[in-house]
Amino acid sequence: MTTTNAVEGTRALGRALATVLRPGDVIVLTGDLGAGKTAFAQGVADGLGVTDRVTSPTFTIVQEYAGRIPVQHLDLYRLGSVQEVLDLGLDETVEERVTIVEWGDVALEALPDEHLEVVISLVPDAGDDVRAIAATGRGARWATFDLDAIAGPR
Amino acid sequence: MTTILGIETSCDETAAAVVVDGVDVRSNVIATQVDLHARFGGVVPEIASRAHLELVNGVIATALEDARMTLAEVDVVAATHGPGLAGALLVGVSAAKALALVLDVPYVGVHHLEAHLHAAWLEDPEVELPMAVLLVSGGHTLFVAVDGPGRYRILGGTVDDAAGEAYDKVARTLGLGYPGGPVIDRLAAEGDPRAVAFARPMLHEGLDTSFSGLKTAVVLERRRNPDRPVADVCASFQEAVVDTLVHKLLGTAEACGARTLVLGGGVAANSRLRARVAEAAAATGRGVLLPRPALCTDNGAMIAAAAFARLAADGPTPLDDGASPGLRLPEVG
Repeated sequence: MTTTNAVEGTRALGRALATVLRPGDVIVLTGDLGAGKTAFAQGVADGLGVTDRVTSPTFTIVQEYAGRIPVQHLDLYRLGSVQEVLDLGLDETVEERVTIVEWGDVALEALPDEHLEVVISLVPDAGDDVRAIAATGRGARWATFDLDAIAGPR
Repeated sequence: MTTILGIETSCDETAAAVVVDGVDVRSNVIATQVDLHARFGGVVPEIASRAHLELVNGVIATALEDARMTLAEVDVVAATHGPGLAGALLVGVSAAKALALVLDVPYVGVHHLEAHLHAAWLEDPEVELPMAVLLVSGGHTLFVAVDGPGRYRILGGTVDDAAGEAYDKVARTLGLGYPGGPVIDRLAAEGDPRAVAFARPMLHEGLDTSFSGLKTAVVLERRRNPDRPVADVCASFQEAVVDTLVHKLLGTAEACGARTLVLGGGVAANSRLRARVAEAAAATGRGVLLPRPALCTDNGAMIAAAAFARLAADGPTPLDDGASPGLRLPEVG
């Protein structure tokens, strides 16, 4: 668990995470509305060398970006069922890219078993801009992953 | 006379239309607005490409029926080929190419956003140029300078959430259901726009917009003052969005010397935005063009209209051309 004090801090943490990512990695972002999931995704994409503007994929569902490693940025917010997520055909597209999924918790069973879940929470008592960020890895790829080590001293 | 069948399946709507010579709309069918549920016997899921696949033939048939035409009278078949969801786009593109092949007529692949710009000419072929266009929907917030068909420059856009997305997420926060635009618009009319002083992010920073922080501000305001009347929150939120959009649209108009302010996209149906854009046009001595909602939301007529211009400029699209989910708007600087 780590905390950030501003949206730029959330973005910087995403950038730091990008340094350890490789093709095939799946990052599932969950958290309150307005917590900063898209900001975190922007940081990851920036760290992976994406130069295009990364905007919220809520309506487009999937956006793809070229980078040092290609990135696909998804948002399951508007999808109502596991079947709709399966229809996206993620199995065919995760291998060569880094996949970032916002609101992934609505259909975890339709996402690859091996993934890193990053939970971003508002902490209203600590201030409007403060966020608590925790990560839980699933599968061998993430067995030794430690978000606090990535975050470094701040 | 060139009769074009336009097909749109890039996102939520399955739509088809028949347009003659790029401006004469003979039919304009959108699946969520017609009684296709009965025809297909069941619920229509909004997004899955499977839904487009189930609907597309019925929508095309209805568009021809409404236009009192047969397939044999179609001279060109057009479809949105990007940007959008790969699976969804493929349904429209494949249907259009199959029809073009069978009928032995040209196929034209159309850029979805270029098509939205053509809605202006569908509403008024004589619209005074240049136009400053605000394309505002769930997925887009774009400020575009238009000097003529095929001559577009994107001068600004959102750096995070589109305006329509902010409406939907704020509506969810306030427990108002989906979609959020119409209900917030309605409640805002009864509320006080000065009740909550929401910030206008990036108001004086060029022509880009940011609505993510505004969405978060509403979430935090709700936690802090849960008893404040929802109508006041809606009115204050809407005023912040509309202030920002109108300010940036005027900035776009100044940057390109626009003679006309134009709205497009689903949020163009918002009553406050329409009123404020009309006021801004009058105050600055410009014309205003607010296309009817059926031409602002995703539709097939705009696809056919854009295809008419593209066919004249570039000729048909090869049949081995596929769908391009990440297609860019062709800009001419």
